[in-house]
Amino acid sequence: MDAEYQDKEKDFLKQGLVAAWPICMGYMPIGMALGVLAQKAGLSVFEMALMSVIVFAGSAQFICVSMLVSGAASIPIIITTFVVNLRHVLLSSSLAKHLDSMSLKGLALYAYGVTDESFGVNYTRFIEGGWSPKKALVVNHASNLCWILCTIAGAWFGELIPQGAFGIDYALIAMFIGLLIFQIRGLIYVASAVIAGLAASVMHLYTEGNMYVIVGAMTGATVCLALRRTAFFKRFEKAREEKP
Amino acid sequence: MTTFQLFLIFIGMGLVTYLPRFIPLALFAKREVPAWFSEWLSFIPPALLAALLAPDLIVSKTAQGARFDFLNPKLFVAIPVFFIAAKTKSLGGTVISGMALYWLAQKLIESGFLG
Repeated sequence: MDAEYQDKEKDFLKQGLVAAWPICMGYMPIGMALGVLAQKAGLSVFEMALMSVIVFAGSAQFICVSMLVSGAASIPIIITTFVVNLRHVLLSSSLAKHLDSMSLKGLALYAYGVTDESFGVNYTRFIEGGWSPKKALVVNHASNLCWILCTIAGAWFGELIPQGAFGIDYALIAMFIGLLIFQIRGLIYVASAVIAGLAASVMHLYTEGNMYVIVGAMTGATVCLALRRTAFFKRFEKAREEKP
Repeated sequence: MTTFQLFLIFIGMGLVTYLPRFIPLALFAKREVPAWFSEWLSFIPPALLAALLAPDLIVSKTAQGARFDFLNPKLFVAIPVFFIAAKTKSLGGTVISGMALYWLAQKLIESGFLG
């Protein structure tokens, strides 16, 4: 290891924390909102803390709380969590090649903190260069710690906040809107979202349960894959026709 | 529900959350995925988020039944929130603005300002 590299890596903690800061800002209202909703749903501060430590997954935690309120049993909650968090397969799959220098133990530690937000920050920095698995690990765990503290604070002070106050009911919807917008990198991604949204809505209209999420998402992705293949195929055919 | 029952649910949730994060890292850290599969996966994030979001905004489910509902405050508030998200690229800012706008919309409805 040369001196320059050591120099760059020396303040990995500081660099990781600087990168994690926007995530913590974003987590503050969402974590607080979750804590408040959990408290309204009858969860204690300790139970909230337990949940955030064991399950670091914002949207799944929101859905779990709303399912607990509607009296859902444990198995549907766990299946829904699995379905909602299945998207992390994609995040981990695309991050994997940047973490090839990590040991299996390191990857096991890293996996705990793979979220949409930490993925977004780390993936962008890996692409830009000058980023290391160590710094990425700091981002993951700093975000995680912040998330746990925010949800606890929400559950703690939640008792002081009246129902529906400060538009807290809208926190999850707004978070999904934000995350959705950040995924749009071209027209085909818009198509994927529109098709999935319509398919999910129609299915939600006619079916019970939460399967509409994964069915809608897979419909959108499959149609877009087919669309792109077809468009490519057509262009390919056209190019062949034009050749003498 | 007791704390222990919740603890068991959380353990189950934790496992099904952790494994989809860990297994691809362990599998693909030194390997490539097939091109068509990674392309299909690349469409999943916007599709999944839209599938979570859209029914909340345009489907109304009550005891009377389920129907499309394009005239509700959640959908109206979503329009400026989309623009705020695109403009600011900030998750925290988007969430705070969305909450504030929804809170304002509810106040306006309560006051009878919107009829």
